[in-house]
Amino acid sequence: MSITEQDVRHLCKLSSLALSDAEMSRMAGELEAIVGYVKQLQAVDTTGVEPIANVAGLVNVTRPDVPGQMLDQRQVLANAPAKNDVAILVPKAVER
Amino acid sequence: MSSSSVRALSAREIAAAVNGGASATKEVEAALARAKADTNNAILRVHHERALAAAKRIDVRIKAGEKLPLAGVPIAIKDNLCAEGIEVTAASKILKGYVAPYTATAVQRLEHAGAVVVATANMDEFAFGSSNETSAYGPVKNPVDPTRIPGGSSGGSAAAVAAGIVPISLGSDTGGSIRQPASLCGVVGMKPTYGMVSRYGLIAFGSSLDQIGPFATNVADAALCLERMSGWDQNDSTSAARNHAGLAQFASGNSFGTLKGLKIGYVPEHAKGLQNEVGAQLEKAKQALTDAGATLVPVAMPHEQYAVAIYYVLATGEAASNLSRFDGVRFGHRTAEAGTLPEMYAKSRAEGFGREAKRRIMLGTYVLSTGYYDAYYKKAQQVRRLMCRDYEQAYAKCDVILGPVSPTTAFKFGEKLSDPLQMYLSDIFTIAANLAGVPAISVPFGADAKGLPIGLQVQGAQFADDLVLRVAAGLEQLNRA
Repeated sequence: MSITEQDVRHLCKLSSLALSDAEMSRMAGELEAIVGYVKQLQAVDTTGVEPIANVAGLVNVTRPDVPGQMLDQRQVLANAPAKNDVAILVPKAVER
Repeated sequence: MSSSSVRALSAREIAAAVNGGASATKEVEAALARAKADTNNAILRVHHERALAAAKRIDVRIKAGEKLPLAGVPIAIKDNLCAEGIEVTAASKILKGYVAPYTATAVQRLEHAGAVVVATANMDEFAFGSSNETSAYGPVKNPVDPTRIPGGSSGGSAAAVAAGIVPISLGSDTGGSIRQPASLCGVVGMKPTYGMVSRYGLIAFGSSLDQIGPFATNVADAALCLERMSGWDQNDSTSAARNHAGLAQFASGNSFGTLKGLKIGYVPEHAKGLQNEVGAQLEKAKQALTDAGATLVPVAMPHEQYAVAIYYVLATGEAASNLSRFDGVRFGHRTAEAGTLPEMYAKSRAEGFGREAKRRIMLGTYVLSTGYYDAYYKKAQQVRRLMCRDYEQAYAKCDVILGPVSPTTAFKFGEKLSDPLQMYLSDIFTIAANLAGVPAISVPFGADAKGLPIGLQVQGAQFADDLVLRVAAGLEQLNRA
């Protein structure tokens, strides 16, 4: 199996990345090489082995649901690329 | 310029002087001047006002009779660590101009102990790289030989200490990003046990692997820095609630104890494929440790050969998820050509991320996508568990594992840039420690024929950070002998 430009186009959509055609064709080859390398994992017998997500053995760490000090509106808006006095501005999200 | 020609700054000496009445402001002014005069592109930003204000506060506290463990010690932080009021970009165009609204816990704890952030250090974009060549601000030069890479991704942090700008800097290590540049620049660099240091305020790469750690000119300074940074933090649910008394003991003085009776493990397969001089230094260290009374124990790590493959599945999957927050809405770069909302996301990201970041996002998305998840992501998680078991079995036989950090000394610019897989393989000896969450340090141990530094790696069991530091301090003494 090889990674085609069509696969890369699909990955661009999933990752929200608008790549140029040149970038996409280069990416197909690069991903192909890396995926080819990681395929060696298929050779390892993992029958009955539980996948590990974190080495600390933590599961669903929770804390009491108590309101605390967070960033205020001014701080949150400070880094926004487009804003007015009270909100972050984005292009229209819903078509009528 | 060779590494021996710069003044080897000592954090403990500076702190002792400042606690004894010397001016923190003068120490910080000198460090600011050195940071400004940086010729290796190690420093991205110098924080004059913030640093001088902090230094003044320390002078006042000391005058009032306080003693601070890091009084007046100037530090540099990697460009993925937040400090309130300072621009932080992860060396990416997508975050240009972003000013941190809060301070990372690790940085805040060092500041509380008297350290002063004087500069932000260059890095690979989002910590994606092993040579510091993916930074949007250009590569860092290795202070030992400016025609060569400093290693990555914390290349600027390593170079800042190697060039004598600061005695301590902070980096982050997801697959070797502290230890490999420490090795190539000839300084000490440590990745603590996963959970030792809070990741709050660190721009995330691979959340199950990332850990903040120190660079220093000597092991005792690294121990002091780690001791001050570590401990539970309510803002990082993966930080560990543990008593680090062993660390505190090391941090307080020079008494690292004896190597006598320690069982030093080594993996025989590590000797294969090393640059001759790296292999020779490893053998020399083994002999010196034996002479010092330690016992060498061969250990088997049958799944370590898969570490790079596991890593480039799991780390990219986690990175793709973590980097989805950069969408041009709340912070960071937004395209000028926005049409619809989805177009705005996709164009902002395409314009803002560099080539390696795009590559890793795509790879991570691939291994997480329907139809491939079981074959790649789940499989990698299973082999990761097998590798963790290798470590558990090894530490039943030995106290620490000694080995190489990097298969070669510092390479030339451009040497591996065109071949991502070759670049990834330069982390072959460092990645396993991140996958297993264990502590690992790079300590300088000689040089090759060109005078390029060689670092050796000491790894320990989870939360045996003090033991790792103890053996590293032993190697440091043997290297000087």
